[in-house]
Amino acid sequence: MQSVVLNNIKKVYGKDQKIAVDNVSFDVNQGELFGLIGPDGAGKTSIFRMLTTVLLPDGGSATVEGFDIVKDYKKIRNIVGYMPGKFSLYQDLTVAENLHFFATVFETTVEENYDLIKDIYIQIEKFKNRRAGKLSGGMKQKLALCCALIHKPAVLFLDEPTTGVDPVSRREFWEMLKRLQEQKITIIVSTPYMDEAKLCDRIALMQEGKILSIETPENIVESYPDKLYAIKANNMHALLKNMAAYEKTLNSYAFGEYAHASFTDVALTENELTEYLKGHGLSDIEIKKTEVTIEDCFIKLLKS
Amino acid sequence: MKQFISFVKKEFSHVLRDRRTLFILFGMPLVQILIFGFALTSEVKDSKIVVVDYARDNASRAIISKFEASHYFDIEKSAMSHDDIYKSFKQGKIKMAIVFPAKFNETLLQQNKAQIQIIADASDPNTANTITNYASAIINDYKSQLDKTMAVPYQIFTETKMLYNPQLAGAPNFVPGVMALVLMLVCVMMTAISIVKEKETGTMEVLLVSPFKPIWVIFSKAVPYLLLSLVNVASILLLSVFVLDLPINGSVLLLLAESVLFIITCLTLGIFISIKTSSQQVAMLISLMGMMLPTVLFSGFMFPIENMPLPLQIITNIVPSKWYYVIVKSIMIKGLSFSYIWKETLILLGITLFFLALSIKSFKIRLS
Repeated sequence: MQSVVLNNIKKVYGKDQKIAVDNVSFDVNQGELFGLIGPDGAGKTSIFRMLTTVLLPDGGSATVEGFDIVKDYKKIRNIVGYMPGKFSLYQDLTVAENLHFFATVFETTVEENYDLIKDIYIQIEKFKNRRAGKLSGGMKQKLALCCALIHKPAVLFLDEPTTGVDPVSRREFWEMLKRLQEQKITIIVSTPYMDEAKLCDRIALMQEGKILSIETPENIVESYPDKLYAIKANNMHALLKNMAAYEKTLNSYAFGEYAHASFTDVALTENELTEYLKGHGLSDIEIKKTEVTIEDCFIKLLKS
Repeated sequence: MKQFISFVKKEFSHVLRDRRTLFILFGMPLVQILIFGFALTSEVKDSKIVVVDYARDNASRAIISKFEASHYFDIEKSAMSHDDIYKSFKQGKIKMAIVFPAKFNETLLQQNKAQIQIIADASDPNTANTITNYASAIINDYKSQLDKTMAVPYQIFTETKMLYNPQLAGAPNFVPGVMALVLMLVCVMMTAISIVKEKETGTMEVLLVSPFKPIWVIFSKAVPYLLLSLVNVASILLLSVFVLDLPINGSVLLLLAESVLFIITCLTLGIFISIKTSSQQVAMLISLMGMMLPTVLFSGFMFPIENMPLPLQIITNIVPSKWYYVIVKSIMIKGLSFSYIWKETLILLGITLFFLALSIKSFKIRLS
C-alpha cells in the first residue's frame, strides 16, 4: 500500500515566479525508506514542507496516509514526525526537558513510546541534564530524531538529517533509520550525500525542481550504460584538461583523488589512453576500471 | 490543557535561564525610576482655567481681561461654587481656577491690599507650577500699572493652592509614566521577540506539525509575561511607596486590575507584531519605534499633550499608554474611583479587542 502519493506537485516562489518544485510525482510505499537525493536548491525542502502541510502547493495534489495535504492538514499533523533541516531544538532546555516537552505537545509521554526511541536515546542519556545547545552536532541530531519519533508517527520526514554531522555519527544515524524501518514506519529522508543514497530502498535523484530518476540504488547503478575508468596522474589539473579535450572522451570529472571517465569508443585500450596522456606531458599514469557509484549516475543524468 | 501547562513551563525556563532577559525584566524598572527621577521642564500653553468672580468690579475685570489676552490661558468664565470647581478638577476639565473675593476693588482701594485665590491641579506638578507662575506674573503686571498712578503702592496677595500634590514632588508624575514604559517594553518587545525566535530557529515549523493548535502556542507565550509583568508593577509600586514616599491615594486593587488590562493590551500588541514579522531584529525595531517612542512622546508623561499641535493631539488618542498613564495618575495621585476613569478603561479594552481580533485573523497555520 502507498503511504505517500505525489501527483504533479508544483511550487513557485516570489514575484519572479521561480519554480522550486516542477510537476513532481512519486509514490512511497508503506514501511519504505525513501531518499530524495540532490544538491542544494533542488527543491527537497519545499517537497518536505508541502507534505508536512506547512506549505501550500501551487499545483497538483498529494496525500499522506490517504489524507489530502491541503484539506486534511490537521489529521496529517497528528500522524507524521518531522525533522526540518535547520531544526535546532530549544538550546536552553536540557536533553530530557526537550524530549518531555515534545512528548507532551504530541499528547503522549516518554514512557509510553520509550521502546521506539530506546536504541537512540540510550546513546545520549548520559547527557540528559545537559542543555541541547551544548551538545555536539551528532548528538543534537539524535535528540532531534528522538523528539520527532516520540509520538510513534506513521510517516517520518527527515530533511537533511546528517548535514554538518561527522562521518561516524552519520553512519550510526543511518543504522538507526534501518532499525526504525523494522517498526513499519515509512521514512522519507533527503540528503546531499551520494554515499548515503545506497542505504535507501529507493531514491529519487533531483535537480532544479525536477526528478531525474526514481529507482532502487542497485538498479540505478546497474543501468549505467558505459564502462567507467578511474585515472590518476602527477598533475590533476592538467589531467582533467586533457581528458576533456580528448576526442574519445564521453564524460570526465574529478572524483576524489581520481578522475572518472567514460569513453565513446568501447574498444579503447588502457595503453592507447596512456600514450595520449604521456604525449601531453603527464607522468605516473594509473588507469583502472572502477565500480559505478550513485554519484556517477547522477552526473551522467545531469549531462544527458 | 496539559500541553498548555507544559508550554508555559517551558517559557518560564527560557526567561529564567537568560540573564539578559532577566536584567531587562527586573533591572529596568529600578534603573528607569532612578533616571526619570530628574525633573522635566516644559512650557504650557492654552491651559483651560475657570475664573470665579465674586467681585465683578473694575479691578477684577481688568485682571481677567489681561488673562484673556494671554495665550497661556483659555478662560471659561462662570459663576461656580467651590464644590463645582473641585468637580471640574476631578473630571480633568480644568487645570487652574482663579477666585476673586467679593468687594475686591473696594478692599484694594481702601486697605491698599487684596487677595486672589489661585487653585491648580498639581497631579502634573510641572504644569501646575508653570501656570501658577504665569498667573502670578499677570497679576503683578496689573499691580505695577496701578502703582504708577498712585502715591502709595498697592498690594495684591495671591494665595496659591496645589491640589493633590501639595509639595509639587516630581515622583507622582513619572511613576505612572515609568509603569507604562516598562510594561510596554516587557510585554510588547519581549513577547514579540520570543515568538519570532521560534520562527527563526525553526522550532515553530515543528510545532506547526503537531496536534497542538498553533494559536495556543502563541497564547501560552503570553502567560509567563503576564505574570512577570505583574511582579514588575508590584515592584514599581513598592519602590514608589517605600523609597520615594509616594502613597497610593486610590484603590490598590483597582490599580492592579487596570494594570492587568494594560498588560493584556501590550501582550496582544506583541503577539500582533510577532505574527507580522519573521526576524528578531525587525520585531525589536518595530516594538521600539512603534511602541516605545510613542509611549515616551505621546503619553503626556514627558511632554504635555496640551502643548502639541492639533494633529499630534489627535494621534495621541491611539497610543494605549496615554490612556493607561491617565488611569494610573487618576488612581495613584488623585485617588479617584472607577467612575472617573471608566471611559479610559473602555478605550483600552477596545484597543485590546481590536488587536486580538486582528491577530487571530492574520495568524497563519502554515509557513509564510
